[in-house]
Order: sequence, then C-alpha cells, then structure tokens
Amino acid sequence: MKRKLILILLIILAGLICYPILFLVSGSFMSSQELKENLKPLITDYTDTYISIGLIPIFPTLKNYVEILLDSPEFFVMFWNSVKMVVPIMALQLVAGVPAAWGFAKYQFPCKKVLFTIYIILMMMPFQVTMLSNYLVLDKLNLINTHLAIILPAGFSTFPVFIMYRFFSDIPKEVIEAAKIDGAGAIQVFRYVAIPIGSAGIISAMVLSFLECWNLIEQPMTFLSDQSKWPLSLYLPTITPETAGSAFASSIIGLIPAILVFMAGQDYLEKGIMASAVKE
Amino acid sequence: MIKKMKSSRFTGILFVLPSLAGVAIFILVPFLDVIKRSFTSVMAGEWVGFSNYQAIFTNGAFQMAAKNTFRFLIICMPILLGLSLAISVCLDKQTKFGQLLKSAYLVPMAVPVASVVIIWRVLFHKQGILSGLMGMLGITAIDWMNSKYAFWVLVFSYVWKNVGYNIVLWMAGLSAIPGSIYEAAKVDGASEWQIFYKITLPNLGKVSYTIAILSLLNSFKVFREAYLVAGNYPHDSMYLIQHLFNNWYRELSLDKLSAAAVIVALVITVIVLRLSNVFYGEEKG
Repeated sequence: MKRKLILILLIILAGLICYPILFLVSGSFMSSQELKENLKPLITDYTDTYISIGLIPIFPTLKNYVEILLDSPEFFVMFWNSVKMVVPIMALQLVAGVPAAWGFAKYQFPCKKVLFTIYIILMMMPFQVTMLSNYLVLDKLNLINTHLAIILPAGFSTFPVFIMYRFFSDIPKEVIEAAKIDGAGAIQVFRYVAIPIGSAGIISAMVLSFLECWNLIEQPMTFLSDQSKWPLSLYLPTITPETAGSAFASSIIGLIPAILVFMAGQDYLEKGIMASAVKE
Repeated sequence: MIKKMKSSRFTGILFVLPSLAGVAIFILVPFLDVIKRSFTSVMAGEWVGFSNYQAIFTNGAFQMAAKNTFRFLIICMPILLGLSLAISVCLDKQTKFGQLLKSAYLVPMAVPVASVVIIWRVLFHKQGILSGLMGMLGITAIDWMNSKYAFWVLVFSYVWKNVGYNIVLWMAGLSAIPGSIYEAAKVDGASEWQIFYKITLPNLGKVSYTIAILSLLNSFKVFREAYLVAGNYPHDSMYLIQHLFNNWYRELSLDKLSAAAVIVALVITVIVLRLSNVFYGEEKG
C-alpha cells in the first residue's frame, strides 16, 4: 500500500517534470488561431485571463513545421552552423581526450597528480572565468569570428577526460598485464584493450559533450561577431501570439537531435554517470 | 627493469601530451597573461599592485553578484541534493516503472537552452501558466522574472534540469550498499528511518562528495537560461558573477575582469583541493 502511494507520487512528479516539454510539443502542432487564443495574455493587458496551453491540440497541424523548414532559410544556416561546430569539437575531444584519459588512468609520470588536479579545476571553471584567456590567444592566432574560435577551446575541454578517466581506471591491471605478456605494445594495449573495454565511458562522455556543445551560448556570442555564423542554440525567435507557432516548432526541431542522441546513449550515459560516482 | 620503468613513464606523458598541449595553449598560458594583467592598468599597462583587486572588492556590482552567486549555491545545492536523494531512495524500492521514471526525470537534461527559454516565458510571464495556477488559489498575478522571485525561478530551473542526473548518481551509490546490511538491520527490528540514518546515509558519504562537485559544476550553467531570458541586466536578485564578467568584457574593463577571474579561479581551486582527497582516495586501487 505504502509502496503504491509512493509510486503514484513518483509518477505525478515525473508528469510535472515533463509537463513543460509536453506543452511545447503540443503547442508546436497547434494552428495559429488556437495559439493566438491561448497566448493572448502575452501581449494585451488582460488581467483576468492567463496563458493556457492544452496538452492536446484541438486541430493538429504541421503548418508551423512547414513554415520553419521551407520558409526560414536562416534557420537552416544556423542548424548547419551547429553541426559544423559540434562534429569537429567532438572529434577533437576524442582524438585528444581519449589518450589523455588513458594516460592519466594507467600510467605513472612526474606531476601527474598536479596535472590531473589542474584538469579538474579547469573543468569546474565557468566560461566567463577563462573568457579573457581564450580571447587573448584566439586574437593572437587571428581566429576571432571564425568557427575555429569555438571549436579549438571546446575541443580541449577537460570534462570528457575526467569522465573517461573513471572508466579507464576500472579496467583491471591483470587484463593489461595479460595483453603485455602476449607481446602487445603500449599503442596496441590502448587500441585493443582500453578502447573496447572503455567504450561505455567514451560514449557516455560523448553524449554529455554533445548536450553541452549543442547548447553553446556564451562562446559563440562572445567570439562570433558575425551573426550568420551563429549556431542554432542562439536561434531565439521572439514569441508573440502570432509567431509562437514557429517558435515552438523551431525549438522542437532543435530538441530532436539532443533527444535522439540522449536516447541512443542513455544506457551508456547512466553507466557513465554511475562510474563517476562509484569507484571501489 | 629500470629502463622499462622509464619508458613507461615516457609513454604515459605521450598519451597525455596532445590534450595537455591544447589545454596549455588555449587556457593555461593565456591565463598567466590574465594574472599579469590583473596587476597592471588597462591602458598604459603599468604595474599597479593590488589596486585592481581593491577596486573589485569595493565595487558594488561585484559585491552584489558575488553575494547572489553564493546565495544561489547555498540554497540550490542542498535542495537539489536532498530532493534527488529522497526521490532515489523511493525509486530504489520500486521495481515496476523504475527505469521508465528514471528516464522521465532525465529528459530535462536534454532540452536545449533555447527551448527552456520559450518554456520559461510561457510559464513565468505575468499572465503565464504559473500565475494562472496561483490565480486559482486567489493570489494576484506576479511578473515572476522581474521581481524578487526571479532568483527562485533560477533555483527551480537548476533543480529541474539536474534532478535526473543526480538521481542516477545517488542510485549508483545506493546500489553499491550491500543488501545484507539492510537485512541484518531489519532482523534487529530497525525502523525505516533508522535504517536510512544509520545505514544508508553513512554509506553514501564518499559518493556525495563527487555528486557535490558535479552539482557545483552544473550550477554555473544556469547562467545560460538566466542570460537568454533576461539579458545583460536581469532583476538584481539574479545578477550573477557571470553577468558581471560578461558586462565587464563588453565594457572592456579588462583590469577588473582579470582580477575577478583570478579571484574566482582561486576560489574554485580551494574548493577542488578541499575535495581532492576524495578524488585521490578513490584513485588508489
């Protein structure tokens, strides 16, 4: 009985947590007439009515999506800009981050502790703290207002190294020793032992990175003065009752890649989150 | 044998080197320049000692932003940690729907900031959904984002986004506690609260440090929502240290910006070092 009561509470809570996303989805399928009616209180001086968005549109329509996908070229440019930044960032995080995490996890070298502590500290720093440092070097390299100004600093983020480090340190010594006895060199151990066994960690780090990069706000705003280079995360249509439909639809389209990556990687992500918490 | 050890030391550095080079070029080395700038004047570049530091500590905006950021951390971290722990303890005992519920709690993590902003506008507008709910209780409409409640909107936003992530973290910690301890306690006739206080909590000690660090890391990210919803100068109650940095950057107050960056970096270093025994305690093994 008590367990059922708790279950009901948990389900209600899940509903509350998901409610904002549900009304966004529902709103994106509403006709402009329906949205205008629902969102009327946004602009006029009504004080007796409030915004209300039902969870099921009365007359569902795809018009908002058609509008965004066919009549808004700037939306595509921004979507493409996002892809052009996210893919290289993640590639760089793999190329630089995976070996680094492996090195920190399984090798001894001078200053290792100090270096790893620095990595953790850097991981904690909000962008604003390193903003000026970033600017100074990007300016010197003449990269301001290019996508590389976003890609390079983010590609060397230390957060994925931290996540993958946890996984790699879990690989038992015996496995590595066995590979070495079979004549595997350092590179081969890395290629044939570390990467396959640590793949859950690598994937979970990449899911977290994707969610992070897909949402870059401050970096492009600071380092890209040319708005035609901005990513989708900065596509912020104003919402008035007239434009709300396309605003909702565009935000759903922006949400889809994130949700897809999230669902595809959820098991790994959970393992990744867990591994960062529990270490025997 | 000694030769082998040396070569293995060398390989370790080689693995780390590409990443380290990038980190050094893009953050560490320029940060040294920032430290230097924090002791010089912005125009002439003359040595000015600690006067930039003096300037920021007597600066009203800095005091307000630091106070707000600190207040935000002090309030939202216990709420998030407590709430997610409570939920995960309940969820841990649910066999049915457990996985599904966990997924539902995790969804907000994937919602892009731009979508969050639209949601906030509709929820927290003066005539928005929240005001509507309050209206049913007979409370007059409040412009949530432009009042002292703005701060609480930020707290809510943070908890909403991170609760799922923390639930998964806590549940990982819970699953590591051996079931036999619980059985023994039950046999001894311990009540559920006693079990929670005497067994669950003490066994979560180590995990909770890591969760605290990750929650702190994520707490700095609420700035994105705050910024996109309310711009450079939001309501005073949610003016964070990040707003101030941003504004100094735009105004080219690089002397103050450098000094403040050094201060914040120092504060974070102190926090991380205080917790580092946890990180290193785990590393041995």
